[in-house]
Amino acid sequence: MPYRSHYSDHSYQASLFKFRAIVAAIICLLMLSGLLFRLAWLQIVDYKHFSDLSENNRIRLMALPPTRGLIHDRNGVVLAENKPTFHLEIVPEQVDDMDATIAGLSEIVAISESEIERFREQLRVRRSFQRISLRTRLNEDEVARLAVNRHRFPGMDINARLSRFYPHGEATAHAVGYVGRINQKELTVIDEGNYRGTTHIGKTGLEKYYEAELHGQVGRQRVEVNAQGRVLRIIDKVAPVAGNDLTLNLDIELQKLAIQGLGEFAGSVIAIEPHTGAVVAFVSTPGFDPNLFVHGISHKNYNAYSHGIYKPLFNRAIFGQYPPGSTFKPFIALAGIEQRRFGVKETLYCRGHYLLPGDATERKYRDWKKEGHGTVDLSKAIEQSCDVYFYELAYRMGINSMHDFLAQFGFGEKTGIDLLGERRGLLPSTDWKKKKKQTVWYPGETLIAGIGQGYMLTTPIQLAVATAALASRGEKIVPRLLREVHISGDDTVKVREPSKTMIKLRRENHWDVMFNAMKKVVHGTWGTARATGWSTKFKMAGKTGTAQVFGIAQDEEYDEETVAKKLRDHGLFIGFGPAEDPVLAVAVVAENGEHGSKMAPIARDLIQRYMEKYSAVSINQKDDNKVTSAVLDDSGLHTAHSNH
Amino acid sequence: MLSTSTQFFESDYQSKTSRFLQYLHIDPVLLAGLLLLMAAGLGVLYSASDGSIELVQRQIIRLSIAFAVMFFVAQIPQHTLYLWAPWFFAFGIVLLILVLLAGDVGKGAQRWLNLYVIRFQPSEMMKLVTPMMLAWYLCEKPFPPRVTSLIISLALVIVPTMLIARQPDLGTSLLVAAAGFFVVFFGGIRWRVLFGSIFTMLALIPVLWQFMHDYQKQRVLTLFDPESDPLGSGYHIIQSMIAIGSGGIYGKGWLNGTQSQLDFIPERTTDFIFAVFAEEFGIMGAIVLLALYAFIIIRGLYIAANAQDSFGRLLAGSLSMTFFVYLFVNVGMVSGILPVVGVPLPLVSYGGTSMVTLMAGFGMLMSISTNRRLIPK
Repeated sequence: MPYRSHYSDHSYQASLFKFRAIVAAIICLLMLSGLLFRLAWLQIVDYKHFSDLSENNRIRLMALPPTRGLIHDRNGVVLAENKPTFHLEIVPEQVDDMDATIAGLSEIVAISESEIERFREQLRVRRSFQRISLRTRLNEDEVARLAVNRHRFPGMDINARLSRFYPHGEATAHAVGYVGRINQKELTVIDEGNYRGTTHIGKTGLEKYYEAELHGQVGRQRVEVNAQGRVLRIIDKVAPVAGNDLTLNLDIELQKLAIQGLGEFAGSVIAIEPHTGAVVAFVSTPGFDPNLFVHGISHKNYNAYSHGIYKPLFNRAIFGQYPPGSTFKPFIALAGIEQRRFGVKETLYCRGHYLLPGDATERKYRDWKKEGHGTVDLSKAIEQSCDVYFYELAYRMGINSMHDFLAQFGFGEKTGIDLLGERRGLLPSTDWKKKKKQTVWYPGETLIAGIGQGYMLTTPIQLAVATAALASRGEKIVPRLLREVHISGDDTVKVREPSKTMIKLRRENHWDVMFNAMKKVVHGTWGTARATGWSTKFKMAGKTGTAQVFGIAQDEEYDEETVAKKLRDHGLFIGFGPAEDPVLAVAVVAENGEHGSKMAPIARDLIQRYMEKYSAVSINQKDDNKVTSAVLDDSGLHTAHSNH
Repeated sequence: MLSTSTQFFESDYQSKTSRFLQYLHIDPVLLAGLLLLMAAGLGVLYSASDGSIELVQRQIIRLSIAFAVMFFVAQIPQHTLYLWAPWFFAFGIVLLILVLLAGDVGKGAQRWLNLYVIRFQPSEMMKLVTPMMLAWYLCEKPFPPRVTSLIISLALVIVPTMLIARQPDLGTSLLVAAAGFFVVFFGGIRWRVLFGSIFTMLALIPVLWQFMHDYQKQRVLTLFDPESDPLGSGYHIIQSMIAIGSGGIYGKGWLNGTQSQLDFIPERTTDFIFAVFAEEFGIMGAIVLLALYAFIIIRGLYIAANAQDSFGRLLAGSLSMTFFVYLFVNVGMVSGILPVVGVPLPLVSYGGTSMVTLMAGFGMLMSISTNRRLIPK
């Protein structure tokens, strides 16, 4: 072939194209013959084999979904269980006239508009030949009426299924979470084989976090069906393996005690065992009814939740970020004496306000007590929550050394609790401000940070973990809701071992200094929570806090009374007890709770009840007749076997 | 330079009807092939859907829409297609990026752009626009294409392919890549370069493997051992092969396929409809069906060979061969020799979007086929 290039030879191109078109046609025909060869292989050579299989395909492989694991509190009280419920289900392919069927069925049992709407929505997105439930949770009477009329509605079926049920509903909603129907997005990430037949999956809370433990292993059975596809008999089956049961560290009694204590306030209460990280109470109020979500929540209910002014679906314990206010003072005081910025006995005189040295504007940084606290040392500054003392302390320390010390207590970092989506809070530093706000740090901001205001933000769980670290004299634990996993089918239990890092102090007795100061908050003559102290039978250490609410977003609309309430300060309290050997650390955040001292009784009641229930025999002593053959560590649910 | 051996097709154009069809820009031979195929398709669909008239009616509506689109596209002169090609291409790329940034999720992948009136799948459009763009680019270049042209062509194919593969939509990205490849093939790429690149690609398969989603890997692996995952993706292949194999030579008869009627074949109205056909009509039916497809493909290549200019040739050739790839991948996957990638059986599977695209492609073929005669030879 002569070399042609650099110019377009149209006739040459056309004839070359023709040649290539013929080549393409031949390749097509060859490949189609290849397909025919394959088909002939299946249909002629292997005909007998496949024909037999097809005959026997009266035998159908069916998935047997596993039973989801149960969730108990630490004393075995059921928090999530599976209840048999009857469902009215439709196989759309077998229905001739869907509208008539729905109309006919709603004459027999009550079917609401929203149920029909949900049904039609699922009709659109379902997998083929999947049953769709039209009515859930039928009562016995309704089942009987439907059964009588069954012949009138081909494609209609009444099915008994196990449905997830949360007996304590609102009380555990934010910790346990809920399950819901598997959606399109989840379909792409789950193991298709193992979830065949499974309709629900963990959506939030522990139900989601421990989905892999709770779900179990799918089983299968071979059944013989008749020409209409109805099951005639079961030939053999591989039983499904039920999901593992979870036992939590939560105590439902304390959980409810905390909710009761918060009363009408939106907020959060968290109680942690300081040495183990076991989360005994995990409360975010207002709660919501998780049972509404299991079968798909109606629009009306959902809107009521999501537009409610207190946002009940919002998990304040891990998502809510609040200025810690004065609850930060013990940590800052500890930083001050550790870094030698202030002597333990050193005093200053508080006259009710503070002037930043060298500030020409002479702006007054006010104390909450107008007339001042007089001569204050560290102990008195904590007891009476003297702001001026902490302005001076913050001024001497500077924001960066404050940041570095407080970071050890986990502020500004996720705590690692076994729930998804936890927020970080915010522990500011000059670097942070340069990076995020592109401006320099002003000295005045350091003072504000010294009393836990300004940029400072913590989540209730962070506050609880830091309090626990104080209570245990430096054991910074990873908080855990899960206590142990009971492997289904045998007696083995996987136990969550505590995971912690130690905070080392320059002088160990600084812990005692802080304990004594915080004890005075509750039991001292002028302690901010002294009202609680009078009626407390044991010695408890604590710190009140009040965080200013700077305003509400402009687009929010509330009636006047609510606005006024919304502008009230947040009330916070951290505490632990008994002070001699703390067994429980508690953090309370109440939105618009006005003052932290009002929250101290919640912590007191929790600690007291905990002591009554568990202090005689420590809950952490291992039960000897349990076979512990596996250990849970922080890298998830890693299993290590040991010989017994 | 029309060869005289094409007189058999040409002679028809003397009749009055033919002149009328010519005026409407309809290629009667291609039209006949398409109509026959669709009729067969509706028959299978009726059986596959368990005798659902409703489903068949909906398919007929879709087919009518697709036909209208084909008719409309056939009226667009080839030269206009040429002028629009780069603009369409740029527009398509922008849409693909939008989908990745803000697309709706349907069946787990991000393929849809919600235009509020209709939901629109830009990747479908790229099946036509990518070969248009390459034909636009290559038809003016020296012949055979030089290395720089080839590299630019490669880039023009890879960009949309990768964007679609990210959605993730393996099936469509494969078809777009194939469409681009065929333009380059017909554009006269030297054989040694062609084979060289094919071998390089084979060598790159392990790299590609790294980029695949887990479920995509799973599908490839089950191909080699369907029994390993009988409840997951292996189930489709096993049931489909039983259906085809048990059809035998003459099949079980229309509406009598036990596999299909007893609901053993998943996706039997869409991707796996060929299994229903092969079960009910046997290998004889399969031969007839494949012959019908071959007829349409070869007619398309014939139109390409007789196109007026290089752009028309390249575009028509690529569109015909893409149609073949559709067929081959679908039948290959249903009969268990290719992994399950979600490519429908063209013009037979139930479903709207891909059908409209295909028929728009045939509209282009008809435009190319009839426009040329408007210019006196």
